[in-house]
Amino acid sequence: MANESQGVAGSSNARSMSIIVTKGSLDWAYPPFILATTAAAMGVDVTMFFTFYGLPLLLKKLDLQVTPLGNPAMKMPMMGMHMGMPNIVGMIPGVDAAASRMMKNLIKKKGVASIEDLREAAVESDVKMIACQMTMDLFEYDLKDMIGGIQLGGAATYMEGALKADINLYI
Amino acid sequence: MADQTLDAKGLNCPLPILRAKKALKDMATGQTLEIIATDPGSIPDFEAFCRTTGNQMLESKQDGNLYKFLIKRTA
Repeated sequence: MANESQGVAGSSNARSMSIIVTKGSLDWAYPPFILATTAAAMGVDVTMFFTFYGLPLLLKKLDLQVTPLGNPAMKMPMMGMHMGMPNIVGMIPGVDAAASRMMKNLIKKKGVASIEDLREAAVESDVKMIACQMTMDLFEYDLKDMIGGIQLGGAATYMEGALKADINLYI
Repeated sequence: MADQTLDAKGLNCPLPILRAKKALKDMATGQTLEIIATDPGSIPDFEAFCRTTGNQMLESKQDGNLYKFLIKRTA
């Protein structure tokens, strides 16, 4: 009970970290899950607060995509070089799917964990996951479509824990 | 000889650390875990992991393309 009422990280004497997860594309999903799982492995109490476009990362079935649109820094290794993509090319239908496929192939080839694996590791290591109630309403998500073990909460729930946390990140 | 060996070859950040933590969790205090990795980033990462968690790094060495660590569970 005591732990539940605390909402966000800070339920024990361990050091704690909170992460606000606001983005749900394949590339942006990595930093929060890498840091959350690693921190948990280092004995840190971790809370992830999923809001806006980060919220769908809690859906049972993930199909994450990446887009080169508006992302001039996105360069993929290709034929021994690094190739970017002009926005006008990125707008062509099918380019996002191709870029996503290419990145997923690289991820597999380089021994990088999938987001599904990292999320499972986060659940296993007791990372607390809070779904933003307002975003659930706004974008019409249903808790039954999301993975188990998550809680619902709002800004005050986040703030209560964040005020006590050693590290607070917004990603 | 280590009590347990973890093959982390081909795995990239943060998987070697996550797998090592998983292995250490099921070991008794005082037991040793050998980790064999190919990720060069695992050198600073395992050092930081040990400093932060209080587990003891007994050995850290490079053997060709392999990075070998010997960690004693003390935490």
